[in-house]
Amino acid sequence: MRTPFVIRFLSSMPRSGWIGLAAFAAITLVLMPALHLLLPETSPFHVSGYLITLGGKLMCYAIVAVAMDLIWGYAGILSLGHGLFFALGGYAFGMYLMRQIGRDGSYQSDLPDFMVFLDWKELPWYWTGSDSFLWALFLVLAAPALVAYVFGYFAFRSRIKGVYFSIITQALTFAAMLFFFRNETGFGGNNGFTDFKRILGYDITSPEMRATLFGLSALVLMATLVLGRYLTTSKFGRVLAAIRDAESRVMFIGYNPLHYKLFVWTLSAVLCGIAGALYVPQVGIINPGEMSPANSIEIAIWAAVGGRGTLIGPVIGAWLVNLFKSYFTVAFPEYWLFFLGALFVGVTLWLPEGVVGLWKRIRQRRPA
Amino acid sequence: MTRYLLSLLLWLTALPALAALDPVLVKQLANEDSDLKVAAIQQLGASASPEAARVLKAMADDALLVAGDTVFILDGEQAVDAATGAAITPTPESYEAITVNNRLRSELGNALAALKLFDPDRAVRLAAAKELQSNAGLELVPVLARSLAQEKDGEILALLKQAHAQANLANPEVAARLTAVRALADSGSPNTRSLLLPLLEAANEPDESVRQAARQSIEAIESRLMVGETLGQIFTGLSLGSILLLAALGLAITYGVMGVINMAHGELLMVGAYTTYFTQTLFRAYFPELVDWYVLAAIPLAFFAAAAVGMVLERTVIRRLYGRPLETLLATWGLSLILIQAARVLFGAQNVEVANPEWMSGGVEVMPGLVLPWNRIVIIGFTLFVLGLMAVLMQKTRLGLFVRAVTQNRPMAGCVGVPTARVDTLAFGLGAGIAGLGGVALSQIANVGPDMGQGYIVDSFMVVVLGGVGQLAGAVWAALGLGVVTKFLEGWAGAVIAKIVVLVIIIVFIQKRPQGLFALKGRFVEN
Repeated sequence: MRTPFVIRFLSSMPRSGWIGLAAFAAITLVLMPALHLLLPETSPFHVSGYLITLGGKLMCYAIVAVAMDLIWGYAGILSLGHGLFFALGGYAFGMYLMRQIGRDGSYQSDLPDFMVFLDWKELPWYWTGSDSFLWALFLVLAAPALVAYVFGYFAFRSRIKGVYFSIITQALTFAAMLFFFRNETGFGGNNGFTDFKRILGYDITSPEMRATLFGLSALVLMATLVLGRYLTTSKFGRVLAAIRDAESRVMFIGYNPLHYKLFVWTLSAVLCGIAGALYVPQVGIINPGEMSPANSIEIAIWAAVGGRGTLIGPVIGAWLVNLFKSYFTVAFPEYWLFFLGALFVGVTLWLPEGVVGLWKRIRQRRPA
Repeated sequence: MTRYLLSLLLWLTALPALAALDPVLVKQLANEDSDLKVAAIQQLGASASPEAARVLKAMADDALLVAGDTVFILDGEQAVDAATGAAITPTPESYEAITVNNRLRSELGNALAALKLFDPDRAVRLAAAKELQSNAGLELVPVLARSLAQEKDGEILALLKQAHAQANLANPEVAARLTAVRALADSGSPNTRSLLLPLLEAANEPDESVRQAARQSIEAIESRLMVGETLGQIFTGLSLGSILLLAALGLAITYGVMGVINMAHGELLMVGAYTTYFTQTLFRAYFPELVDWYVLAAIPLAFFAAAAVGMVLERTVIRRLYGRPLETLLATWGLSLILIQAARVLFGAQNVEVANPEWMSGGVEVMPGLVLPWNRIVIIGFTLFVLGLMAVLMQKTRLGLFVRAVTQNRPMAGCVGVPTARVDTLAFGLGAGIAGLGGVALSQIANVGPDMGQGYIVDSFMVVVLGGVGQLAGAVWAALGLGVVTKFLEGWAGAVIAKIVVLVIIIVFIQKRPQGLFALKGRFVEN
């Protein structure tokens, strides 16, 4: 007998999970924006613009970490090129933001400043429609999806996996970074896009816009978690885990791993793209540096610190590592790389299940 | 032809007067009229006598003076009559220097070079021929013809032919021009090509047959230039390939034996390069007379430094992650971050200066327009040496046998008594040491800085993927092939596009041959 979809959906998470999610929604969608917008800046409870932006960034990182966990933790595919999809989403939305600047750029031209600088007379063909918000939203989803699908199809079809796959994804993002660094590529070269003014005609730096972007990021994060939970508890998720643990056996039973891997791979890329699109208006810049291999491999460590194969783990990992990074790079900039390196080594050696695994082990030990 | 005869006559008449120059000619050097001066210089130049050389040299050095009717050379305090070579005492009280303007100076240069063509020293003749090769004027034709007749050395002869033909391009006689243009077809230098290009137009060259010949000659030169360029690209490709090979050999061993990718492999290159820098500093401080040979001392030092770092990494980290290749990837990436930052703290964030030793700078000119730099030649040779060493080690020694056994089947090797744990450590040390050797080579052609190794991990992994695991021959073909293909693509479409195209080619290639070019024969079970 088939379980009705709603029941299936609701039962994918225990009651405590739904309650936690509701609490998180209340805080991020109501409390934080209200404290930011309604209280005067002098109030001790006022949430500053800096905090809201930092929070928004952390939400975006968490989305990426969950996306990484979907393919690494559940399908056993370690991507070292997820920064590429993040940046593609960011660039897709950045094109729209550049067009929204209108004639307010330094050169007062219809064209983005960097094109005037390159002495281009008209927009290249791939900028067609970039002034439309809907087209921008479509591109945010389509650009990472297309790249991920095509690459994934060829890679999975020839059963490239393990370290082979990881290194090739790293090469992919490296090549893409070089490609975007070129001025002739038409995405602002070295400097990328920056100096954004507005979204849909509204000022991008206004408190209302900040709060909206923050809320949206939190909403997408929650949706990602729910979707991830639903997928991983479904039959699909079980097949994925089976592929992770013994791909040959899954094939012998009669499943074709290609479609399963390809789907979760593309989904993960799209989630990264969305996160990138939310990230760019909040930090106000996107450049090819986001595609550097180092950035992508850091994403993997967020998931590893939190705990792979759990959905909440990567969120915690992303937040922990980035809060540490914000603190460390200001307080001891010399030692940040030592710390990050030690984190990579330490987590893989002593915390294979991450912070969440540690917590579980402590809880199990306590009653005994 | 009459000009030749005339000049021959002039030469013959000049011969008996070797000791003394024609006073009229010498006096003409001091004439007010530049044209007359030029004529005198040219005639003196054509005389091919050491005295003429002395006078012209003095003139070029502004030491040719004139007092009244006497032209003399002031040699230190002593005045010498320019025509007779007799000392003049006392030195004239008042004199003035002969003004030499730019036009005269270049005439003097040519005339002196022409005189040097008869120098007994081969090196002097060669230098003179080189100088005249591209800028000899019509007036030098007789001299060149004469030196052509008596020159024995092949290399100088070829240069002289060029110079002679080139000088003849301005000859008013069609037949002479035609021969000259045809002779220039043997040249391979872009200069000759630009020299011939104006002759294609009727305004510069009235005769149709000469224009036709010029067209053919230009085509011949261009095809020769093309060959030179292609050879040059193959050569740089090979040298890039040998660096890749040195980087990839170590990676291939560790990946073959343990199935893990060491993301800190590039940093082992860096360790090797910094060891070279360190050795250089040591030599400069303590053995300055041997500084040219520091590279030789750096080779074993870099090998052992990198091998030590590698073995420590294996013992402390990689061993504990056995059977978890993806985690190894992350952990070794962390190690690479630590090593990079350590280099930054120890040596500073800037690149350090590693100089080529004397014997490695410069290059050999294989053909005009194609110079092979010594440092790259040495690196290719060095790679061959390392490769030979590796082959012997893998095929002839006990350790090599063990390494091959563990690569093929770890549990079975363990069952027959191979100490797999020790083989792991030694193989890792060996791979790291070879990366260190790669660092020595790299320090001679690239910048040495903390993050110099970062770019190499992907490239060398591509070599391993292409060549197939555990195969020396595969790695060699893959590295050299990748190097050459990359360089050709770079010349054709730029560095970025080349990288992307190579990546695409590799992905497509893996579709067809997932085991690489040279797969080990045998039956494999995955997982």
